[in-house]
Amino acid sequence: MSAAPGQTVGPFFHLGLPYEKGNELVPPGRAGAIRLHGRVLDGSGVPVPDAMIEIWQASPDGKILQQPGSLRRDGWTFTGFGRAATDADGHYWFSTLAPGPTEPGKPAFFAVAVFARGLLDRLFTRAYLPAPKDLDALLESVPEDRRGTLITEADDTGVVFDIHLQGPHETVFLSFPRHRGIWA
Amino acid sequence: MTTTQADIDREILAGQADGPQENQPRLDYPPYRSSILRHPTKALHPIDPEGVELWAPCFGHSDVDDAEADLTIQHAGEPQGSRIVVAGRVVDGAGRPVPHQLVEIWQANAAGRYAHLRDQHPAPLDPNFTGQGRALTDADGYYRFQTIQPGPYPWRNHLNAWRPAHIHFSLFGTDFTQRLITQMYFPGDPLFALDPIFQSVTDPKAREMLIAKYDHDLTSPEYALGYRWDIVLTGDHRTPLDTEEPS
Repeated sequence: MSAAPGQTVGPFFHLGLPYEKGNELVPPGRAGAIRLHGRVLDGSGVPVPDAMIEIWQASPDGKILQQPGSLRRDGWTFTGFGRAATDADGHYWFSTLAPGPTEPGKPAFFAVAVFARGLLDRLFTRAYLPAPKDLDALLESVPEDRRGTLITEADDTGVVFDIHLQGPHETVFLSFPRHRGIWA
Repeated sequence: MTTTQADIDREILAGQADGPQENQPRLDYPPYRSSILRHPTKALHPIDPEGVELWAPCFGHSDVDDAEADLTIQHAGEPQGSRIVVAGRVVDGAGRPVPHQLVEIWQANAAGRYAHLRDQHPAPLDPNFTGQGRALTDADGYYRFQTIQPGPYPWRNHLNAWRPAHIHFSLFGTDFTQRLITQMYFPGDPLFALDPIFQSVTDPKAREMLIAKYDHDLTSPEYALGYRWDIVLTGDHRTPLDTEEPS
């Protein structure tokens, strides 16, 4: 069965998708809260002010959560899902907790989906925590000169993850088997 | 030099001839001008999903109120335009329903204007219509919205560019890799052939998957016309027999 094609989110997605505290998986400033933030840039290095980023992550102890409450945050429940639109400078931020590895010996990452006006379909990538000690299948398979595009850098408030849609620093974007019609 | 519809038509035709028909949009699709600097130029990196990617975020009745599926009751008065029902089923690539999952929509009003600051199209805003809705699929993957037939509207891709009428849909599956944002169109729209966003999907059968069908069984007497739109997501990467709870 072939899947319905994607279409761009267009310029007016703010009407339908971002929501209050969508980017606050935990309240900013709470003990243990980190900021995951960065910019979305186009092929000329120009910030993209109409992009939207979603993250989906494990809890700090590596649990995958099936907890409702992402759309109406109660301030206490960690759901692992967040959504943020970029601002006029192409900047986005999340207040969240650092994810733990979901299996021992695996590096921890945020699953990331990227949407934008001008981008005809969503892109998937991963944002790994800084300086991963262990490599997983993805980090091993990406050429070393591009691996850095998947790894966040620490700063004073948390970690930075810039997303380059195109250009010399183009982020590594992913395709999964069932996107390619491969049936495992 | 101003780009005309005829220029875009030629580019669309060239795009259909220069490679295999593809059932997903081409990310590199110059007739949609905004895509030129915003598509990756390197091949997507093939990888098996791991960890959280094998699961989707979970939404429930604490997230979505039933009333959010009716876009015609969000204000004091009745919105302008033709009332419609849009309903259907969300299934995965194996045809299995996606139950209890979030569906979000947004759209222009009957005059083709979005209630959005950046929409400068000089068509009237409707104080009784915002154009945003949410629903959860039921246990069998069905969703249902009541809304207003959106109007087509102009945009600035090229001179005299108009988008076919559409409703934006945002969908989740049972794993994160199935995440989909797309647009639902209405049958028989004369603007289909002219629209570079719709035509970025070069396989005509795949484009048809984005067009709702008029469904008289969904039409309610003296009240609203009904459209049926079933949505097929990509395949789930967890095996069908996997009943394991997340670790």
